[in-house]
Amino acid sequence: MQRKHNQKAWFLVLPVFLLVAFSAIIPLMTVVNYSVQDSFGNNEFYWVGAEWFVEILNSERFHSALGRQLMFSGLVLAIEVPLGIFIALSMPKKGWGASICLVLMALPLLIPWNVVGTIWQIFAREDIGLLGHTLAALGVDYNYTQDAVAAWITVVVMDVWHWTSLVVLLCYAGLSSIPDAFYQAAKIDGASRWAVFRYIQLPKMKRVLMIAVLLRFMDSFMIYTEPFVLTGGGPGNATTFLSIDLVKMAIGQFDLGPAAAFSLVYFLIVLLVSWVFYTVVTVQDAEASK
Amino acid sequence: MIRKMIKNIRFTPIFYIIFLMLPIYWLLTMSLKTNAEILGGFSLWPADPTLANFKTILTDASWYSGYINSTIYVVLNTIISLAVALPAAYAFSRYRFLGDKHLFFWLLSNRMAPPAVFALPFFQLYSSIGLFDTHIAVALAHTLFNVPLAVWILEGFMSGVPKEIDETAEIDGYSFPTFFTRIFMPLIGSGIGVAAFFCFMFSWVELLIARTLTSVDAKPIAAVMTRTVSASGMDWGVLAAAGILTIVPGAIVIWFVRNHIAKGFALGRV
Repeated sequence: MQRKHNQKAWFLVLPVFLLVAFSAIIPLMTVVNYSVQDSFGNNEFYWVGAEWFVEILNSERFHSALGRQLMFSGLVLAIEVPLGIFIALSMPKKGWGASICLVLMALPLLIPWNVVGTIWQIFAREDIGLLGHTLAALGVDYNYTQDAVAAWITVVVMDVWHWTSLVVLLCYAGLSSIPDAFYQAAKIDGASRWAVFRYIQLPKMKRVLMIAVLLRFMDSFMIYTEPFVLTGGGPGNATTFLSIDLVKMAIGQFDLGPAAAFSLVYFLIVLLVSWVFYTVVTVQDAEASK
Repeated sequence: MIRKMIKNIRFTPIFYIIFLMLPIYWLLTMSLKTNAEILGGFSLWPADPTLANFKTILTDASWYSGYINSTIYVVLNTIISLAVALPAAYAFSRYRFLGDKHLFFWLLSNRMAPPAVFALPFFQLYSSIGLFDTHIAVALAHTLFNVPLAVWILEGFMSGVPKEIDETAEIDGYSFPTFFTRIFMPLIGSGIGVAAFFCFMFSWVELLIARTLTSVDAKPIAAVMTRTVSASGMDWGVLAAAGILTIVPGAIVIWFVRNHIAKGFALGRV
């Protein structure tokens, strides 16, 4: 759509601008403030420059948390995106079947995140949980509070359980925008199932898939509540992701300077990756509307 | 072999839904058992279903006030987010103005801010202006990620409405506010519903900020639950019942928007 130039539109945007400025810029400036100062308590601060940033960027603790975070986000994306596409392709297209599928699949998305943690905590316990009990009965040595591998598997499966539906719903939306005529034409041409997917369905899903990957990357990179409730970051530090480590540092140990520097580096990483995705999506939009 | 697999593909959603429902089913059965039965032995369904756990929650003020607090700030947040996002989304979908693209990305960037980054500064900000432990503080803090999302969704739906409608209304002599509330908003009714759904959802499921900004008077249900886990430890039945009760509002809301939900997740533009 061709949009008119009109500077008065700023008046319409002003409320949003003021509100978000209040709840984003002031806190962000507080963080910036802490990141370049040190304190001995009593509200006395002095300037330390980039010292905290140097400390954080060189610290073993940050590197290992970042490594775990990247591995977690990578694993989660690698499982949820293909699985989501596959499920969306096999869903009924219309009718009550589709409605029931959508409602049931969306359910995990609306459960408070700490309850998701609680559900899995109960479900995976050996003494009272269905999963833990079944695995123990089968003779599998599984204890997510002691064994790092088991803890990792549980956290990843929990995230797949929680968020795959988002990918499914997005892909379903993309698929339902394909006119029936496309499929009929493909049938007349004798196209194989794979060809239909590759040349009709995948191109139509491309845009929603970008949104899905963007949202899943952002949210998995910021994950806090679910693993915190489930494993508390343990055993040891095995599932201590960036947010868990940050909260430990800022609120647990009250190391405001390093925590603030940590926050900014963390935010910049998310921002950078998301900006790349966002640019790709909008460039595609611009090409599509030509 | 492959043909057989393709034939069976339509059963995939059923397996997936079973996988989704199993943990929820387990929570439900636990909420219907007594603690003695939960810890006493292993059974797939409650031998003697009891509503005692639910009764505990619904009669104890320290439990049910958590639900009331959560509901208050979620509703406040949804109203505030939609009220400011509607005009802004209209501006983004209809006009070009100085810095529009940068502003849009800046708004979105707040959706990308890890809540852990903002927890402590929010605590200090709202304490210093005397709003700590109030519903409005949590509602305002949650606008950080809900307003950008609402603008994004509404902009998608609004761009689907032809511009000729605006022009016709102008020629017919409608003032902008009348046009916007009487003609334009009904046209994007489903978009407003979807945006409200998302604001509700993300405010309802968030815990870190809500917990940091409250202590007693506005404590959300999610925080009440975590305290109970650490303090009394083993009251599994009540914990499970509380979990089930947090799922109910979401399930009701989903039912109302089920026909628009897929489009909403695609942010209004498929």
